[in-house]
Amino acid sequence: MIPAAFDYIRAGSAEEALAALAEHGDEAKLLAGGHSLLPLMKLRLSTPAVLVDIGRLDDLSYINDAGDHLAIGALTRHRDVETSELVQSQAGLLAEATSHVGDPQVRHRGTIGGSIAHGDPASDLPSVMLAMRATLVARGPGGERQISVDDFFTGFLETSLGDDELLTEIRVPKMPDATWGFQKFNRRAQDWAIVGVSAIVANGNAGVGLVNMDSTPVRAAGVEAALVGGAPAADAAEAAAEGTNPPSDLNAGPEYREHLARVLTRRALEAAGR
Amino acid sequence: MEVSVTINGDSHTHDVEPRTLLVHYIRDVVGLTGTNIGCDTSSCGACTIHVNGESVKSCTMLAVQADGQDLLTIEGLADGDVLHPMQESFRQCHALQCGYCTPGMVMAAVSLLDENPDPSEREVRIGLEGNLCRCTGYHNIVKAVLHCAEASS
Ligand SMILES: Cc1cc2nc3c(=O)[nH]c(=O)nc-3n(C[C@H](O)[C@H](O)[C@H](O)COP(=O)(O)OP(=O)(O)OC[C@H]3O[C@@H](n4cnc5c(N)ncnc54)[C@H](O)[C@@H]3O)c2cc1C
Ligand code: FES
Ligand code: FES
Repeated sequence: MIPAAFDYIRAGSAEEALAALAEHGDEAKLLAGGHSLLPLMKLRLSTPAVLVDIGRLDDLSYINDAGDHLAIGALTRHRDVETSELVQSQAGLLAEATSHVGDPQVRHRGTIGGSIAHGDPASDLPSVMLAMRATLVARGPGGERQISVDDFFTGFLETSLGDDELLTEIRVPKMPDATWGFQKFNRRAQDWAIVGVSAIVANGNAGVGLVNMDSTPVRAAGVEAALVGGAPAADAAEAAAEGTNPPSDLNAGPEYREHLARVLTRRALEAAGR
Repeated sequence: MEVSVTINGDSHTHDVEPRTLLVHYIRDVVGLTGTNIGCDTSSCGACTIHVNGESVKSCTMLAVQADGQDLLTIEGLADGDVLHPMQESFRQCHALQCGYCTPGMVMAAVSLLDENPDPSEREVRIGLEGNLCRCTGYHNIVKAVLHCAEASS
């Protein structure tokens, strides 16, 4: 399968990428690791006229300790996040979830920024962003802005990033003392989650993000509230599917997904010591 | 668009369409057909090669993305007539049946041991989850990788 023809621009800097986006508008697509976009282009579900390759922007590939949070460059590959001692010690949930993304070959190419900017409800990392209450940093023609993860996912494969914006950095609060659990349910090795759950508990606060339970990545707000109110894991997990609108596909219908969300949330919370 | 790559130590420069997939470039333009195409949907790993020393599915990368990079394919693994230890382990442990998945399996396995030289059986199984063997010969493939790790330690 060969993608439809496109013009290829290799950006040498974030500024060049932004200039290309400004020139070509919604005709253009950014290419990071290509591990979501190229499969879609091969199936011709996506046919951008212009591809702007940001894969060489090494200055957007970093993991820094920024005081109260980790600053992770959008072009940082899954493999580098997964094996980073800083991420393992300060955001263990992110390291663990990243190690479950696809397979080693996928993690050698795919990037954290691409995973989040793609806005796929079946992706693992958005659930971590929700649970850890990350902040996304975008750069556009008007400069830089910070976006709360709660305002980021706006629809199926849609985010609040503008056509002319670049996701540059992911800010994850440092939570060295937090306890957490990550659950991903699938039937075959390497598969995407049928349902997944990221849960983190620290200082009486709780964050729970769900994979594949709606048309966007969603927060299990009912579970979080129950936990803050002191409910034990099994009781809090009962609220996991509340307010969600799970998809139906070959693997599962909505009812089964709701069941999975409750069971996996309980397991994730138990792993987090609740 | 002009693409220059090093494949198995040799330099290659060609003019390619931007939409050319790396695996098609390697097979059809350079003529190295050891790298197979199985699923063409990023699932089976038959097309696995190394890009700068790491396993990558070459059906999920554009040739233009590989410009300037150092590539290794199954043809570049042996040292003349002397098989690479992983190839030798596959041979000794009967880790291939029809052989279709083998080039990708071997390339993924070499990358796996580069990152984790002394893996447990479970780590080998998980480490090869991006590669499918339709002859389902996984048992001996895992044995071969463990054998190779042991032989090299
Ligand atoms: C076989 C296979 C299995 C997989 N399994 C899983 C899995 O189990 N779990 C999982 O979570 N993911 C999985 N993935 C997806 C993988 O995690 C991708 O790497 C990731 O979703 C996209 O990252 P990328 O860098 O490859 O982005 P690309 O494919 O390059 O881009 C994806 C989208 O994001 C946009 N984009 C990329 N970077 C930016 C940026 N910095 N700013 C603005 N927009 C940007 C692009 O324009 C495009 O629309 C799998 C992929 C494959 C091929
Ligand atoms: S042909 Fe590339 S993964 Fe199957
Ligand atoms: S040996 Fe036949 S596909 Fe693996």
